[in-house]
Amino acid sequence: MQIGLFSVGDVTTDPTTGRTPSEHERIKAAVAIARKAEEIGLDVFAIGEHHNPPFHPSSPTTLLAYIAAQTSTITLSTATTLITTNDPVKLAEDYSVLQHLADGRVDLMLGRGNTGPVYPWFGKDIRDGIDLAIENYALLRRLWREEVVDWEGKFRTPLHGFTLAPQPLDGVAPFVWHGSIRSPQIAEQAAYYGDGFFHNNIFWNMGHTKQMVSLYRRRFEFHGHGPADTAIVGLGGQFFARKNSQDAINEFRPYFDVAPVYGHGPSLEEFMAETPLTVGSPQQVLERTLSFRQHVGHYQRQLFLLDHAGLPLKTVLEQLDILGELLPELRKGFAEGRPAHVPDAPSHASLVAARDAAAAAASELVGAGEAGR
Amino acid sequence: MTEIVVVSSGTGANSSSRLLGTRLAEAATAVLTERNQPVIVNHIELRVIASDLANYLVTGVASARLEDAFAQIRAADGVIAVTAVYNGSYTGLFKLFFDALGRDLLRGRPVLPAATGGTSRHSLVIEYAMVPLFYYLRALVSSVPVFAATSDWGASVGLDARIDDAARAFVNLMASSHPEKADASFDVTDFSTLLGG
Repeated sequence: MQIGLFSVGDVTTDPTTGRTPSEHERIKAAVAIARKAEEIGLDVFAIGEHHNPPFHPSSPTTLLAYIAAQTSTITLSTATTLITTNDPVKLAEDYSVLQHLADGRVDLMLGRGNTGPVYPWFGKDIRDGIDLAIENYALLRRLWREEVVDWEGKFRTPLHGFTLAPQPLDGVAPFVWHGSIRSPQIAEQAAYYGDGFFHNNIFWNMGHTKQMVSLYRRRFEFHGHGPADTAIVGLGGQFFARKNSQDAINEFRPYFDVAPVYGHGPSLEEFMAETPLTVGSPQQVLERTLSFRQHVGHYQRQLFLLDHAGLPLKTVLEQLDILGELLPELRKGFAEGRPAHVPDAPSHASLVAARDAAAAAASELVGAGEAGR
Repeated sequence: MTEIVVVSSGTGANSSSRLLGTRLAEAATAVLTERNQPVIVNHIELRVIASDLANYLVTGVASARLEDAFAQIRAADGVIAVTAVYNGSYTGLFKLFFDALGRDLLRGRPVLPAATGGTSRHSLVIEYAMVPLFYYLRALVSSVPVFAATSDWGASVGLDARIDDAARAFVNLMASSHPEKADASFDVTDFSTLLGG
């Protein structure tokens, strides 16, 4: 089970002080948070991609490459990489380079992006979102798997005799997750390729998340990648914890109440009842997080959103300390009752090993065939 | 079993919109009972879920009450939609509900529009505001709506007859239609079709 962080990369005023951090501070804060995540023993750090203020991560591979240089074990990922407005050729190039620099500690999560005005800035139209995601990813896969690609599609100029440089590390493409909140087509896409499926989960009641995940699991099995309970599932979550639950609520409420995404809406209590947000003691966070399995089955990746709503870096790092202390119990809880056949999320090493094992099995078959002749 | 849902957007506890909705549901029940058909009537009073609706529109988080209201609409054979008239149109609260409901839940579903207002001068609000909204949502709009002005409630003879006419037309419309009751939002198109795009 992988446990990690995902961050949107927003520049938000701290409502308790009225102070707005600069973009520079927030970019450096992302690095500090990623380093801290590794230090406390987390498995994954993922950053969003946005092309409009108040968000800073317009160039996620630049940021992640810098973080890769400052860390040594944590897997670097995205939440999400825009498969709609980015050129799949440039994505293949950027993430190949990142994969080499990070010695394989890279995977990525693809998403469509839901900000209509951004699409035309990149020559696209949000109404083509699903079609773009499907065509662009089909090309991206081929670029990472075939040495010479001839390709024609609807959304970009054709490729004739195109060879990606650099080729992916060890000839193995980074593992891909598909993030979607409510599009069955994207769950189907993830299932079709046997890729991972991530539900952001944080604005939704569990009933909805459960339906999307079970759709993905069912179709994963239908497309022949193995039993539904071996599909690769990731979930988002968010919490704010203090030793005493009332302290957590008192401290987080002013941030919650005016947060750009959920502020000015439901009360903190309503939001906690209807979404996975937990504000309370570490024990409450532990129990709530471990309850997700009851809805979606044993899963592979749990990412928390902790760096948001204008919380100062110091507070976010304190939250990470709390998560670090909770980690052994979280891991123990996730391991409980987990059947042996439920796989871990693929890593670069496991993908290389699987590729080599498949090649060895194939050559044995060839050998056996020759011996029998 | 015929399931009817009454959506009313009156803001008072015993609003005239709620009353008109109840009267229409009773009249429809009477017609169905004549035909030996069992009926269930559910009421969605929008005043109760007003803050849930506002929160949903700005945050996208649907409360359990709201999910329940959407599920009732999905399960309904027909919807009686009643609004008060504010400033020459349906109320903001009424529109908020149908905005939140999404485009597909009324598709092919019989809707009986009804409205209440201070004077009968507002009666065309049904034709000019409500019917276009329900056409846009692809609802099957019943051809006999009801408008009740304050003065109608006193002289209830005329209103009773109009309620009965409207209920009968609505029941006939329900008898000839088959709205989708399954949740299609998790239906899958096979990927080979998607790839063929």
